[in-house]
Amino acid sequence: MKLSRRARITVRIIAFLGLAAIYLPLLLVLVNSLNADRSFGWPPRQLTLHWWTDAWASTGARAALWTSVRAGLGATALALVLGSLAAFAVHRHRFFGREAVSFAVVLPIALPGIVTGIALNSAFRTVLQPAGIGLGLFTVVVGHATFCIVVVFNNVTARLRRTSGSYEEAAMDLGATTFQVYRDITFPLLRSALAAGALLAFALSFDEIAVTTFTAGAGVQTLPVWIFANMARPNQAPVVNVVAAVLVLLSVVPIYLAQRLSSDTK
Amino acid sequence: MRSALKSLVAIGVLALATACSSTPAKTAPDGSFTPPKLTAQQSLGAGEGQVNLIAWAGYVENGSDDPKVDWVTPFQKQTGCQVNVKVAGTSDEMVNLMKSGQYDAVSASGDASLRLIASGDAAPVNTDLVPSYQDIFPSLKLQKWNSVNGVAYGIPHGYGANLLMYRTDKVSPAPTSWGAVFQPDSPYKSHITAYDSPIYIADAALYLAKTKPELGITNPYALDQRQFDAAVALLKQQRANVGEYWSDYLKEVSAFKSGDSVLGTTWQVIANTAQGEQIPVKAVLPDEGATGWSDTWMLYSKAAHPNCAYKWMDWITSAKTNAQVAEYFGEAPANQKACDNTSDKNFCAEYHAGDAAYYQKIAFWTTPIPQCVDGRRNVKCVPYADWVQAWTAIKG
Amino acid sequence: MTTDSAGRRLAGALHRRPRLRLGLLLAAPLTWLLVAYLGSLAVLFLSAFWTTDPFTSDVVRSWTTDNFRTLLSAPVYRTVALRSLGVAAAVTVIDAVVALPIACYTALVAKPSRRPLLVVALLTPLWASYLVKAYAWRIILANGGPLDWALGPLGLHSPGYGLTAVILVLAYLWLPYMILPIHAGLEQLPANLLDASADLGARTWRTVRSVVLPMVLPSVAAGSVFTFSLSLGDYLAVQIVGGRSQLIGNLIYANVTLNLPLAAALGTVPVVAILLYLLAVRRSGALRSL
Repeated sequence: MKLSRRARITVRIIAFLGLAAIYLPLLLVLVNSLNADRSFGWPPRQLTLHWWTDAWASTGARAALWTSVRAGLGATALALVLGSLAAFAVHRHRFFGREAVSFAVVLPIALPGIVTGIALNSAFRTVLQPAGIGLGLFTVVVGHATFCIVVVFNNVTARLRRTSGSYEEAAMDLGATTFQVYRDITFPLLRSALAAGALLAFALSFDEIAVTTFTAGAGVQTLPVWIFANMARPNQAPVVNVVAAVLVLLSVVPIYLAQRLSSDTK
Repeated sequence: MRSALKSLVAIGVLALATACSSTPAKTAPDGSFTPPKLTAQQSLGAGEGQVNLIAWAGYVENGSDDPKVDWVTPFQKQTGCQVNVKVAGTSDEMVNLMKSGQYDAVSASGDASLRLIASGDAAPVNTDLVPSYQDIFPSLKLQKWNSVNGVAYGIPHGYGANLLMYRTDKVSPAPTSWGAVFQPDSPYKSHITAYDSPIYIADAALYLAKTKPELGITNPYALDQRQFDAAVALLKQQRANVGEYWSDYLKEVSAFKSGDSVLGTTWQVIANTAQGEQIPVKAVLPDEGATGWSDTWMLYSKAAHPNCAYKWMDWITSAKTNAQVAEYFGEAPANQKACDNTSDKNFCAEYHAGDAAYYQKIAFWTTPIPQCVDGRRNVKCVPYADWVQAWTAIKG
Repeated sequence: MTTDSAGRRLAGALHRRPRLRLGLLLAAPLTWLLVAYLGSLAVLFLSAFWTTDPFTSDVVRSWTTDNFRTLLSAPVYRTVALRSLGVAAAVTVIDAVVALPIACYTALVAKPSRRPLLVVALLTPLWASYLVKAYAWRIILANGGPLDWALGPLGLHSPGYGLTAVILVLAYLWLPYMILPIHAGLEQLPANLLDASADLGARTWRTVRSVVLPMVLPSVAAGSVFTFSLSLGDYLAVQIVGGRSQLIGNLIYANVTLNLPLAAALGTVPVVAILLYLLAVRRSGALRSL
């Protein structure tokens, strides 16, 4: 874009300041994971690696991380299926209430998590409980999938809008069945959109706390719930900072890979 | 269309299911309170292989946070009962979780216990089946917050007081009265802190009981409308001077560290933590006395694993375990023999365990109910649900 | 072979009957959203017309509009509702203003080879737990904390804990949700459109105002759906940095256990506000860019 030199420099400076503002608090998290002080006094009086060894030994944090990964994967898988089904329906068909479907998909993410959480909680308790299904990891997955559908839906519809249906028609003309067309043509075209949607869905599920609080059963502790329970305790709070620092560092890998994947195929 | 129809039917079923479950609770028209008729278990059977608990953070530790802090693993080994725990942040959350029907036992504070008893969610406990019960301090047995009409509804776990903490370098003269936090023209405006819970209204009532005898408050949990309004008015006036309301350890310790808070309610364990961080603070029991909590392990009336729950109640209140948990959490143990088992020999003295004179001054959290818990029969008291509404109004 | 031919028959049948195909496609997602989600919401809001037993807090199913009357008559609920709307609006405006130049840089000004890396840089902070970031801000804003350090030489102070802090922290937490849609929107701007504008002699600011902004508006609206609704439902950040203030989310949370009907009635406030907001921005095509 032909921006004037001055405009470009201004934008650059603002962007730099913005990015710095985004990262400084994260840097503080890293510093506090080394702060010997349990209540994060500022400035740190003394640095220590003690919390890192504690975090390494914390099976609670590891178990919570694993629970979160399972919940995230489950929710993402469900969201992928439901989101793409809805996207195909809305993109390929004209029907009464089509706009309403697009709207209904958006609602779960737009409405406050606490409202969604309470609503699902009372529904689960009145409908599932008598059937012998208590709150557990399953209900967390259901809750998370509900608000993850939209990111898959939007990514897939956006991609469908940009790709023409001519490849599919050609394949149909050559005698391929609906399923073959999907496997050989539609799916490869959608792959990166699905990957981007899946990544966002997983991220949304991974840091969710309000819906989780109201849908998790006994002994089901996702990472944010673990953090919530431990953040308030002086002997645990520094360990939480270690966990957060590790998450930020680790998250770069999948995000970078997904980003490469989606920009390669664009 | 077909799927739309299907979903309509399903919504109907859902609404119907919601409309038909659970029966309303029994409270007589005059507000007096008879708990639902439930009988305690007569004998202990074999363990069910697991037990689901609701507890305060730090009450049920299995070494997953700190390998050295673990009293769940030995219990599991000994009884074969696998322990699942859900940590609750507030008493209200505990009540709600208990109502979900998934849990066997809860470490309820006094502001939750009567509600659980009244709704029929908590069962009477046969203390003969809990050997540790013999060693519990007698002053904790069959109290207003853990029994009804002489029937025990749980096993006492531990207790503590809501003290007054201040920064010794910023607050002078040293406060000896709750007046310091309720004074309208406080020199510490915007640096006063208070506990963020409706039950804090009782702290104001306790202060008024001493300073405004004409109100006739004898128990801060039994407030008629006039007394209640006076306490609420005092707290609304206090709000102008409050910097923040605290609800967790870290929040309070960090606020006292930075000086954002210099004066306000605290727990002994927070004061100890703060002192451990070289923060110049002191916690005192003011002249008016204080409110406090006394936690009780209570049993769910339709518990799926009652035998394991009984075994747990015995284990957590036994001398050795009770000492461990009391030291880790920072409260006075309920078991008098626990004092011989603490790693810090001064622990029980520091927390005034068994110090009858000290705890005489503490008004332990009790659920406010329409039937005044101070025994008055000619008036109705303000129930806890109204305390919650008032608390949101106080915070504004 | 038999399964193959069966599959072929099924595929043919589906191809000939688009209605059936549509039905099959929609059955699962619609059942999920309508029954599991909207059904639960409907029951919750139905319970707003119920009441509770004053002592046990069990829900009593007798029809009453008392909860809504309380909601409208008690000044505290009105104050808190308006305050929450104000906070959500302020967070949205701040995020839009900050996100636009940043997205401009990542999507238009930065070297194309560097852009994927910048997107990674924007996505990464989303993985640090929301709670951990909020507590980090608690330290930043503390008396004598890092912000006081940084502002000290300028003679300024940290705003301390309170409503300003809540707005600041929420704006920080939700900023990436605003930048990402705008970045995606700007990326799709046809480059020749900008060139054409420049060729026609438009100055930079003019190009931005009359070409970029109108085209990026749906993306801003999409981002605002996130920032607005996430702020309106928040009840944790305000507990951490809000000092003595409370938002509508706190009132809902405070009543969930003891008075579910009142909590449900309180819940209608953000839900109605967000529904109105969604309907307002729907025309701009924002919902497709979420």
